[in-house]
Amino acid sequence: MKFTIEEVTVYFPYDNIYPEQYAYMIELKRTLDAKGHCLLEMPTGTGKTIALLSLITSYTLSKPQSPLKLIYCTRTVHEMEKTLAELRLLHDYMVKSIGPAAKMLALGLSSRKNLCINNRVLAAENRDSVDAGCRKLTASWVRAVAAENPDVPSCEFFEQYERAGDAAVLPPGVYTLQDLRVFGKQKGWCPYFLARHMVQFANVVVYSYQYLLDPKVAAIISKEMQKESVVVFDEAHNIDNVCIEALSVSVRRQTIDGARRNINRMRQEIDKFKATDAGRLRAEYNRLVEGLALRGDLPAADGWLANPALPDDILKEAVPGNIRKAEHFVQVLRRLVQYLEGRLETENVEKDNPVSFVSSILNQAGIDQKTLKFCYDRLHSLMMTLEITDTDEFLHVQTICDFATLVGTYARGFSIIIEPFDERMPHIPDPVLQLCCHDASLAIRPVFERFQSVVITSGTLSPIDLYPRLLNFHPVVSRSFTMSLTRDCICPMVLTRGSDQLPVSTKFDMRSDPGVVRNYGRLLLDMASVVPDGIVCFFVSYSYMDGIVNSWNESGILRDIMQYKLVLIETQDVVETTLALDNYRRACDCGRGAIFFSVARGKVAEGIDFDRHYGRLVIMYGVPFQYTLSKILLARLEYLRETFQIKEGDFLTFDALRQAAQCVGRVIRSKADYGMMIFADKRYSRHDKRSKLPGWILSHLRDANLNLSTDMAVHIAREFLRKMAQPYDKTGGGSGRKTLLSQEDLEKIVFEGSMNDMF
Amino acid sequence: MSSAHQVVKRAKYKTTVKDPGTPGVLKLTREKFVFKPNDPTSNNKLEADFRLIKNHKHTKEGSNKPPWLNLAHSQGSYIFEFESFSDLHICRELVGSALSKHVEPSKVVSDEQLSASEMTLRIKLLQEDSKLQKLHKELVASGKLTESEFWATKKKLLDQDESRKLKQRVGFKNSLIFDTKPTSDGRINQVKFQLTPEIKHQIFTLKPAVHKAFLSFVPSKMSEVDFWNKYFRAEYLHSTKNAIAAAAEAAEDEDLAVFLKDDEILENEAREKVRRVDPTLDMEADQGDDYTHLPNHGIFRDGSKETSEAQNTMYWRTLLQDLNRQSEVVLEGKTIDKDMEPPRTVAEVLARRKRRFDGVIEEERLIRISKMAPIEDLQAQDDNAFAPLCIKDPRDYFDFQQENAVKSLDDSLAAKLKSRSNLGYEEAYGSLRESISNIITMGLRDPLLSSDVAFKVLTGLTKNISSTKSNLGKSSQESALDILPNTTKEKLLDHWVCSQELLKHFWSSYPVTTQSLANKARRLKDAISQIYAKLEEIKVSSQSDLRHQVSLVVHPMQQALDAALLHYEADLGKRNAKGSKPNGYV
Repeated sequence: MKFTIEEVTVYFPYDNIYPEQYAYMIELKRTLDAKGHCLLEMPTGTGKTIALLSLITSYTLSKPQSPLKLIYCTRTVHEMEKTLAELRLLHDYMVKSIGPAAKMLALGLSSRKNLCINNRVLAAENRDSVDAGCRKLTASWVRAVAAENPDVPSCEFFEQYERAGDAAVLPPGVYTLQDLRVFGKQKGWCPYFLARHMVQFANVVVYSYQYLLDPKVAAIISKEMQKESVVVFDEAHNIDNVCIEALSVSVRRQTIDGARRNINRMRQEIDKFKATDAGRLRAEYNRLVEGLALRGDLPAADGWLANPALPDDILKEAVPGNIRKAEHFVQVLRRLVQYLEGRLETENVEKDNPVSFVSSILNQAGIDQKTLKFCYDRLHSLMMTLEITDTDEFLHVQTICDFATLVGTYARGFSIIIEPFDERMPHIPDPVLQLCCHDASLAIRPVFERFQSVVITSGTLSPIDLYPRLLNFHPVVSRSFTMSLTRDCICPMVLTRGSDQLPVSTKFDMRSDPGVVRNYGRLLLDMASVVPDGIVCFFVSYSYMDGIVNSWNESGILRDIMQYKLVLIETQDVVETTLALDNYRRACDCGRGAIFFSVARGKVAEGIDFDRHYGRLVIMYGVPFQYTLSKILLARLEYLRETFQIKEGDFLTFDALRQAAQCVGRVIRSKADYGMMIFADKRYSRHDKRSKLPGWILSHLRDANLNLSTDMAVHIAREFLRKMAQPYDKTGGGSGRKTLLSQEDLEKIVFEGSMNDMF
Repeated sequence: MSSAHQVVKRAKYKTTVKDPGTPGVLKLTREKFVFKPNDPTSNNKLEADFRLIKNHKHTKEGSNKPPWLNLAHSQGSYIFEFESFSDLHICRELVGSALSKHVEPSKVVSDEQLSASEMTLRIKLLQEDSKLQKLHKELVASGKLTESEFWATKKKLLDQDESRKLKQRVGFKNSLIFDTKPTSDGRINQVKFQLTPEIKHQIFTLKPAVHKAFLSFVPSKMSEVDFWNKYFRAEYLHSTKNAIAAAAEAAEDEDLAVFLKDDEILENEAREKVRRVDPTLDMEADQGDDYTHLPNHGIFRDGSKETSEAQNTMYWRTLLQDLNRQSEVVLEGKTIDKDMEPPRTVAEVLARRKRRFDGVIEEERLIRISKMAPIEDLQAQDDNAFAPLCIKDPRDYFDFQQENAVKSLDDSLAAKLKSRSNLGYEEAYGSLRESISNIITMGLRDPLLSSDVAFKVLTGLTKNISSTKSNLGKSSQESALDILPNTTKEKLLDHWVCSQELLKHFWSSYPVTTQSLANKARRLKDAISQIYAKLEEIKVSSQSDLRHQVSLVVHPMQQALDAALLHYEADLGKRNAKGSKPNGYV
């Protein structure tokens, strides 16, 4: 369908639209007009993604004089694929209705691991080895040697891509990672470098959060993005955590040992070069005198994770004199590692702030703050000079330098915590020195400053006023949309008691109570016999899940559950989890039915949809609080209280409930879908906890469902499923308010200007 | 395959296996085969089309039988004895190709293709039930009904037999075989495990490594009992959750280590499979894109990420992994149904299967994701997806339908079409409804049976029952039939069954909507009138004292047949008379 929002013709690839999608587009359009940032919360299952894509591309199309680039950030690769699939749908529709003028270039970008087509490189185990394997074939100096000596291996795809030069371009279209690989294979060009090159010309780029937020990656991938871009962070409820993770580093024993080995190896390389090619080292010295800014001139293939934290103006400064010489720098690193090792050998937990830590380094190791700040770039430069390609071997020394740069750059918003062992396993000595960031705004600030519009959106951003504070920005639009439902297709319940009427909870003092474990098991068993197709269970942590599954197994409940459905479980091994999910879907598809056990805050909870028959019921076992005894969390809470006046309890509850809402929200994908959500913990019945849930869940949580026992919940589930199986009028015509708009409906609304009374 | 179009060989033609055979020359072409005996006076001359040949068999080389080729036709078979096996092979090849060529036309003749199993099933049913066989002979052999028409009303019989055969294979039980619970008598320090072939089979499927070990160890290296002893010893070590002890034992006993180590085959398979999963699930790809979680980057110990001790030790397999594996195996299902074979052979079959398991389908991945992308309820509704079935009150629904039918009865067809097209949601299933209401209409317009005829038949039947009962039926089992002589009785019963069958077919072919139905009705009418005549004959020929009884029995049968004949005439007249035929009528 096609309609106009304030002079912008919007192309929407469906024949109908939800009213909230329409309202969402209006707000988005106003944000783009205002060239500002916005914060939009819209429930899952209302088609946020397609609304976003369709408005922004249509907006760009309507303003050909100032083209906007769309940078769409997803959390995971599979969300990227989903987004691109929707974009393709839209693109096909637009080309069909407007013609070739609507053609655009959209592509996904990922790491070499996901894009490489060279089998020799791909054979490597993990991402870092693939990166290193690629560098071994494509680094400029390797290629220089290979050009003379045919025995030196090189990557044929990269060579052909280079040879094609400017001719190597992607024709307009929508490219998923798979499409890029296919295209690359067809042409014989390296898809990774092709994609990275094409990113600057593309109208839409879809990639992971980190490509913008993590300064190490952002500086390489995203440095050429124009200011006239719209950046969208989808599913952004966790964005603060991503930000602080991007700026946090930890150093362990292994890191120290590895860094030592790396330093020794560099030392040897330096000696070798001194004997054979002293000119190189001198050239590097001269370059450093002029400043680090020259880094930008390096060939693309040599690109390396960039400095984690340096603001642009610093790059124009020259590297301090004491580390310009390679051997001096290696000495500095040695002293730094020595110092860190000393700090690790502590008996007690220590907490420090960056300022005192830096001064302590200065006192004991004689390294000043400015030197620390340049460590990362100096290391980078040195490794280039030494022509080191097996970068995966040098991760440890990179970590040390990363740490040094961060601690030297930021005086506040960080703390350094040294723990001699994990509190939960005090018998295993595992000292760790952690530099943890508390201020999410540090990592995201460059994004807000650089790009014209930043859209932060998710199904759960409640309370919506908290995010601008956490991220320290001023949205021009900040709105939370409700869901207009044709029928009550979600059924949230709070289960406080088990079948024996005793309270259930995962509170610390109750969670190992056999009664609670049994009640939780009975709940699942009873539900498995009532609910068709898929059931998803979320637990508060891996260890809790492991424990409870084992005790269910011992008591025989698990055997009974397996009579009804197959059981599949998320483990810490991604490959296994992926396969388990695949099997889960197949079991639901073929009608066998299955139960998936997963962990709140885990990888599955973050990005996998359990829509339609893949999830008719979600059970959230317990309240997914963070581990409150964690020193890092305590430090962060303290920082939040001091800086933003956010109370600890409030933040913890907010954080736990956004995770819970995120878990249960995965069951709904469209209004035709339906699902139940059970919050199985007595604490959910308390108002202060419950009220933190997003409005669209709360509005369906009836008072009668606030304090249920298992038998009552089963009864409600039966009734609900029976009701949902009935046919209904999709447009919601019967209930007075339309929940599905056709083109005529929209035109009428625009004509009457009565959008306001729709909501 | 030989490209010869014609083969001429010396052979002996035998009518039966025991027959010494007539020597002569066999000439085979693609269409037919001709046998000319050497002795021109012999009447064993033969010329037959391959079309009549159902299948062919031949004796195996090396068996003690001479080289025979057996061409089976509907009544028996032609057997040819060749001089050598090489001759036989040449002929066999030609026969094979000729027969395969003739499969197509033969299908058209019987207008349905029967699988061999279906055919044998029908034959078996006929053999088991002599009455059915008689009926079949009577109706099908004489051409009153075609084979498929005959069986169409016997679907139930066929289905029943199907269900006895269990079309659905039994899958694995979804119970944890991993902890096969031992039985212990409690006195001595010893446990016993019960192993059934099924459990063994499941263990092999769950753990390919054990299976591999079994294939390589048993019986060359150890006996089967030893093997399972070792296996359960390893399982016991697992269950103690003592990774260190397990490692120690494994170090001592390399055979035991096989069971304790991670399953390599599974790992490889997993790597293979992960490439095929739906990209919207592929979390491995995420990991490859995650630059925050470089080793030692990000937050390491904040409580959300858990470091589980000894996670990466080799001898650590968790219950969770077992559960996943269990579900996977159950989902894949059993691949062979002869699971009760001795494990040795089953094991081999499995090993072979594993190698066949291959074939990456990227396409499928793409299709899956493009199917996932669109939001269902935003799309335009499909035109004839389904009718919203919303029956609140059955009576309402019925009345509503009735009204529709009556209404359309009055309207002319064209007008009806027009009025339908703007009936809102009815459009969605317009075509379907249209045809349904058409049928309803026609049903009302041409009642299957005029009511007075039906009434007559019914009263006749009930009267007869009561009258014969009162006259003769001192005991309830006794009936008019029992008085009749056996031959007459049987004949009557046969005719009864036959006419019932015919009537069933006859009425089921109304309303006549296609040419083939019209043909069928005509055919059936002829058959009915034949039976009618036969009944008449019985009535006349029966002895005078029994004639009354006979006519009592025959009368209702004749009445039923009469009704059918009448209807046929009436319908035919109506159809011929009408100028424009309603939609769908021939």
